[in-house]
Amino acid sequence: MMTSTTRRGRGSPGGSPLIAYLFLAPYLILFAMFVLLPALYGFWMSLHDWDFTFEGRPFVGLLNYTDLFDPASVQYQPFWRGMSNTAIFTVASVPFLVAVPLGLALLLNTVFPGRTFFRAVYFLPYVLGVAVIGVMWRYLLDGNFGLVNALFGLDIQWTTDQPWAWIALVGVTVWWTMGFNAIIYMVGLGDIPGYLYEAAALDGAGPWQRFIHVTLPGLRPVLIFILVTTILASANMFGQSYMITQGGPTESTMTAIMVITGVGFGQNRAGQAAAMSYMLALALAMVSVLNFWLMRDRDAAREARALKRQRRLAAKENAR
Amino acid sequence: MTSSRRNRNPLFWLALVLLSLVFVGPVAMMILTSFKTRVESQTVPPTFLPQEWTTRAYEVLFAADSTTPVLRWFLNSMLAAAGHAVLVAIVCSMAGYALARLTFPGRGVIFGVIISTLFVPGFIFLMPNFEMMSRLAWLDSYLALIVPGAAGAFGVFFMRQFFLGLPVELEESARIDGAGPWRIFVSIVLPNARAAVVTLLVISFLANWNDFVWPLYVMFSTEMLTIPIGLSRLQGAYTIDYPVIMAGATVAAVPVLLLYVFVQRYIIEGVASSGIK
Repeated sequence: MMTSTTRRGRGSPGGSPLIAYLFLAPYLILFAMFVLLPALYGFWMSLHDWDFTFEGRPFVGLLNYTDLFDPASVQYQPFWRGMSNTAIFTVASVPFLVAVPLGLALLLNTVFPGRTFFRAVYFLPYVLGVAVIGVMWRYLLDGNFGLVNALFGLDIQWTTDQPWAWIALVGVTVWWTMGFNAIIYMVGLGDIPGYLYEAAALDGAGPWQRFIHVTLPGLRPVLIFILVTTILASANMFGQSYMITQGGPTESTMTAIMVITGVGFGQNRAGQAAAMSYMLALALAMVSVLNFWLMRDRDAAREARALKRQRRLAAKENAR
Repeated sequence: MTSSRRNRNPLFWLALVLLSLVFVGPVAMMILTSFKTRVESQTVPPTFLPQEWTTRAYEVLFAADSTTPVLRWFLNSMLAAAGHAVLVAIVCSMAGYALARLTFPGRGVIFGVIISTLFVPGFIFLMPNFEMMSRLAWLDSYLALIVPGAAGAFGVFFMRQFFLGLPVELEESARIDGAGPWRIFVSIVLPNARAAVVTLLVISFLANWNDFVWPLYVMFSTEMLTIPIGLSRLQGAYTIDYPVIMAGATVAAVPVLLLYVFVQRYIIEGVASSGIK
């Protein structure tokens, strides 16, 4: 078909294609059944009034989508409230989830005895599941006898008052997942060649200038990766709200995924829930594209354009 | 790199230790609270070490007539997570090897399609995969916990990257000796990929053990729940009897913490390699 024709030329190092397909088959069957097919099947479901418990599932066309934009429909208000709650959480959490782990990674990126130990300690919360950290923080954040209030001499109802509920959920999420991004940053920091720092130091750059002119540009691909995956993770928020605030107070921390699962599994309106999932995915895709565009390497793009212009000019000269 | 000069600073060490307390303190508090009396768990200000150690919370949890069978949930989670991890390791190492080393028509396309799903958000699959489970009659069974998650692209990508980094020479000399692809894979490649396979096993086990949204909806009967879902039931059943809830959370956390203590390096390296590279 395509690819690898050149390689086959020098005596097929990988055996016959049939064997390769046999190696792939177990995974590909799973992939087809639980990834490829569902991605399309979900769209098919979203075009129906789909009830998990009934066989009759009338085709409704795009109604499940247009309803989401019709203020008079039942799902309009819960859906957009879920979307805006998720947006609030994402906007509030992502800056911390991107910046704080960078600080941690810089701290751990020096050579000192016990470095592996401390790295392991800071990463520890991440291996605990959301259910465990959820019940744990619900206790620690208890408004009447919680450790957090006692420690800081506060009297705050963290789980039932706004904006404290959001602050609590963002704080818990940063505490829980910080280690993950920090590890990714550490990989990125390790890839920045040391001579760049030495050269900058020779040119008289202080620590802050080295951070701005060497570290940050060197981390660009890692930063983009972290930004995109962190936004995705925050937009997927479910467990923290479910366990700590139960979506309250008055549904103000009810996230989009909570609305989707509530409609799909709670009310058995899977077609509507599927349509909501695609809308959320579309919104996320747009955010990701915007992200890549904002974070694109402007210098490199400018150089590429300049090069192209030169080539075009050269070609014109030649033509003449 | 930037390193090695400024680190004997006492402030640096103070920051390290304070941060450690921030991360370990809450977990320690959870475990210690499970050994407190109900009254002590609600004192103001809270105590850190139990003034009176008691195992009441665990006795309540493990009571034979309990409506919240934590040990059963623990067993369910163990079986599901172990089964899932083994399935992922087998299926993904085979596929990863084919994509890294074997040549066949369509390799680039297949790899491209698999990789492109890495960034597709998981919630897209909730409704259709629930329908799939219902059609396959897998709802409320271990299969629903073990199988669908194994179709994720990460494992394949991870194993492929590892195989690409292995030197080809060993495989080539085995081929010259007349070994077929399967022989080469099982007796030459896999033994050399032990570290990667262990990493994938551990990461898959952890992810499955901690999974929340999916098991929350595909498992219904009390005796089939996984421990994270059980925890949310506990929270509903014991509301403010925090020692009991913390005991449940401790039971859910212990295997993960033990695994972490012993194979911390594999987990962190697995995470590190999940970024680009």
